[in-house]
Amino acid sequence: MFFTGVAGFIIRRNLITILMSVELMLNAVNINFVAFNRYLFPDQMQGHFFSLFIVAIAAAEAAVAIALIINIYRRFNSIEVDHVDEMKY
Amino acid sequence: MSLQQLMFSLFAVMIMVFSILTITSRRILRAATFLLFVLISTAGLYFWLNYEFLAGVQVALYAGGIVVIIIFSILLTHHINHRFEKPGLGNLIAGIGVGVLGAVISISTILTYNFSTKTPEPIVNDVKAIGNQLVSTGHNGYALPFEVISILLLAALIGAIVVAKKSDTEPETESK
Repeated sequence: MFFTGVAGFIIRRNLITILMSVELMLNAVNINFVAFNRYLFPDQMQGHFFSLFIVAIAAAEAAVAIALIINIYRRFNSIEVDHVDEMKY
Repeated sequence: MSLQQLMFSLFAVMIMVFSILTITSRRILRAATFLLFVLISTAGLYFWLNYEFLAGVQVALYAGGIVVIIIFSILLTHHINHRFEKPGLGNLIAGIGVGVLGAVISISTILTYNFSTKTPEPIVNDVKAIGNQLVSTGHNGYALPFEVISILLLAALIGAIVVAKKSDTEPETESK
């Protein structure tokens, strides 16, 4: 699932679908943490806590990303990554 | 194949299928719906692993919060019937190449590693134990990351509001 997210991140040109691919990557890493915690170290809870923190941080980061996307839409009237090219050399 | 393996493979297949559909669908609202299904299948996987608190948090925050905010922003900034054109060939080759190469490397690494099969005694992992450890400051206590994350959430909230608010001093794109 992680590499599905990475491939989607590179292929897609719309900013919102890029955000969706980032969420896929974060979820895949979460599953990995939980699996390691459950099957390799069932007497400790660090993987579990890290997954909780990853969920919280992903929510905060998605909110900031949406705020940025809305601002970009106001400025350029489009959310393709090819159109945001004012600072290109 | 035992029931455990059957359920795991069911969840895994659902997650894989929906995630591939998410990144390759041409309409953006369908991609958001497939993302919702991926998140719900992941929560199902956590329930199957007996991690109820994490599964509940996943459904409430991810499937209920982030997907809603994504759909919200899709409706605010996009034409719904706008279909994507196919991505350029260079992008497609790079994306699929990186994905396949990375997947091959990591899957081969995982399959050839000798995981130790001695399992220590599992501890109870219910909500009471989580709550106890989350605010304890001794060994294995998580009070410091808890406070840091609350400050980070506050900073993210303030940042999002500042970025998204309409200021009257910046130049407008349409002529006044």
